[in-house]
Amino acid sequence: MLGYILRRLLSLCSVLLVVSALVFVLMNLVPGGPFTLADRGYSGAALENLERKYGLDKPIHVRYLNYLTSALQLDFGNSFSVAGNPPVTELIARIWPVTFQLGLYTILLSFGLGITLGIVAAYYHNGIVDNLVTFVATMGIAVPNFIIATWFLLIFGFQNGWGVESKWIIGPIVPGGAAILSWDYILPVLTYALAPLALVSRYTRSSFSDVLTADFIRTARAKGLSERFIMLRHVFRNALIPMITVLLPQIPNLLTGSLFIEVVYGVPGLGKFFVTSIFNRDYPMIMGLVLLIALLWGLTYLITDILYTVIDPRIRLGETKGA
Amino acid sequence: MPDGVENRPPVLEAEQLEQRSLLRDALRRFRQNRLAMLGALMLGLLVFTAVFAELIAPYGLNQVDFSIVRLRPFQDINHILGGDGVGRDFLTRLIYGARTSLFVGLLVPLLSFGFAVPLGALAGYRGGRWDFFILRVIEIATAIPPLLFAMFLISITGAGLGNVIFVLAITSWIEPARISRAQFLKLRETEFVQAARTLGATEFQIITRHILPNSLTPLLVSFTFAVPLAIFAEAGLSFLGIGITEPTASWGKMVGGSVKSSTVVVDYHLALFPTLLVALTMLSFSFVGDGLQEALDPARGD
Repeated sequence: MLGYILRRLLSLCSVLLVVSALVFVLMNLVPGGPFTLADRGYSGAALENLERKYGLDKPIHVRYLNYLTSALQLDFGNSFSVAGNPPVTELIARIWPVTFQLGLYTILLSFGLGITLGIVAAYYHNGIVDNLVTFVATMGIAVPNFIIATWFLLIFGFQNGWGVESKWIIGPIVPGGAAILSWDYILPVLTYALAPLALVSRYTRSSFSDVLTADFIRTARAKGLSERFIMLRHVFRNALIPMITVLLPQIPNLLTGSLFIEVVYGVPGLGKFFVTSIFNRDYPMIMGLVLLIALLWGLTYLITDILYTVIDPRIRLGETKGA
Repeated sequence: MPDGVENRPPVLEAEQLEQRSLLRDALRRFRQNRLAMLGALMLGLLVFTAVFAELIAPYGLNQVDFSIVRLRPFQDINHILGGDGVGRDFLTRLIYGARTSLFVGLLVPLLSFGFAVPLGALAGYRGGRWDFFILRVIEIATAIPPLLFAMFLISITGAGLGNVIFVLAITSWIEPARISRAQFLKLRETEFVQAARTLGATEFQIITRHILPNSLTPLLVSFTFAVPLAIFAEAGLSFLGIGITEPTASWGKMVGGSVKSSTVVVDYHLALFPTLLVALTMLSFSFVGDGLQEALDPARGD
C-alpha cells in the first residue's frame, strides 16, 4: 500500500513537471511579453530594464530551470500585473478563500441534497421525488450554468457590491478577507450547485436502485433483518463504492471555482483571476494557478483510489493498470 | 392442445422476412422513446434553420437599422424579437447563431474523434510501449481542466471561429481516445478477431472490418454527447468574450454581451432568447443522446 502511494506520488510529480514545462513553453511562444501589451506603453530602455528585472531577457530553457529551482523551494515568483507585485503564493492565499468557500457550500448543498434525493428516488421508485430527480438531473446536466446564472440575473436583478459588510452573516476571520457566511453566496451557490446536484442525485439513484434489487438484499430481508439495519449495513456500504469514483473527482473542480459563475456574479475568486492573468500575460500567476489545479486533481484521484480499497476490501491496488 | 392445426409454423411472406438488423431494432426502440423523438424533432428544426438561414432570416446578417437599436421584442411586427445593441434585427441574429452553434458542434467532435479514435485504437490494439506512452499523455492531459486549457490556448492563438474550433478539438480528445482504447483492448482478444487473424486477415482488415464496426456503438453515443459539449464550450468562450468574433453571430456572445451591460434587466430579450436557445439545443441533444444510448444498448439503460 505504502509502496503504491509512493509510486503514485512520483508519477504525480512527473505529470506536474511535464504540465509545467508544457504551459511554460506555450506561454512563451506568444509574440510579445507581459510588458509589451499595447496599454502598458513601455518602450526602449524601460522595457529592457523591466525584462531584465523579471529575467525575461534570458533564453527560455534557462528561465524554466530558474523557475523550477525556485518553485522547488516553494517560491513561485511575484505577480507581474497586480499592483505592488506581491508573491504568487500570497495572492493565491488571499483570493482562494472566496472560491474555496463558494465551492465548499456548493459541495455541502449539492452532495447533501443530491444524496438524500437520490436515495428517496431509488427507494420510492417512480414516485414524485423520483420524477423530480429525473427532471432536475436532466436540466442540471444539460443546461450550462452560465445560462442559469443569466436567468437568475434576469429574475433577481443585478447582484452588485460583492463583499458589502451589511450583507455579512459571519464576518471574515482575518481583516480584509472573505466573509465566512454572507448573503452574497446565495445565488452563486444555488447556480453552481445545480449541475453537481443533478449528477449526484442521478448517480445515487442508479447506484442505490442497483443495490436495492440485488439478491443479497432480498436475502437480508428474508432473514428478517430490520429495514433500518439493511439500509445502513448492506445498502449504504455497497451503493457508496460506485459513487465514490464519480463524486470525489467533482470536489477539486468545485473548489477551484467556475469561471462563469464568478464572471456573472462578479465574485472576486480564482476563476475570474485566472482569466485576468491569462490576458495580462502574468506568467508566474498562470504557472502558479495551473500547478495548483493540476496538483489538486492528481491528489484527488489518488485519494479516490485509496478510499476505494478502504470501502471495498476486494479491490487491491497496483495489480491492474487502469486508464 | 388437441387440434394442432393452429400451431403449424406460419408461412412467412418475403416482406415479413426482412432482416431485423441491429440498426432497425435500435430505430424501433428510439421511436418509442417520446423524449428522444421530441429532441430529434427540435434538432431537425435547428438543422433546418441553420442550413437555410439565408432563406428564413427576414433581414441580412449585418443589416443595421438605427431606429431599432435595443428595440424591445413584440413591439414592431417587422422586427418581432426586437433589435440588438447596434440595431440589427435580433431574430436574424438568432437564426444565424444556430448556424454557428451547429457548425462548431459538429466540426469539433469530427476533428477530435478523427484524431482520437485512431490514437486510442493504436494504444488498445498494439498495447505495450504504445499503450504506455499514450496513457501517459492522457494522464497529463487530464491534469488540466479542458476549458481552462482551451482558454489558455485561445490566449495564444487569438479569438475567432477557426481558432475556437481548433482549440476545442485539441482539448476534447481524451474521452473518445479512452473509449476507443478500451474497445480495441477488449475486442482484440475476442474469438471472432482471432478467427479473422487465423484466416490470414491483415492488421488493417482486422481493425477496419472487424473491430471498428463492433466498437461503433459506444463511439456513436459518445459523439452525440460530444456535440452539445462543443456547443457549450463555444458558447462559454464567446460568453467570456474570447470565442467567436464579430460579425459572426453566436448565442454565447449575445448572452455575454448583454450580461456585462448595465441595461441587462431592461433589455431582457438580448439575454433571454439566446439563453433559451442554448438551453433548448443542449436539452435536445441530451434527449437524443440518452435515447440513442438506450436504443443501441438496451442492457445499459437504467
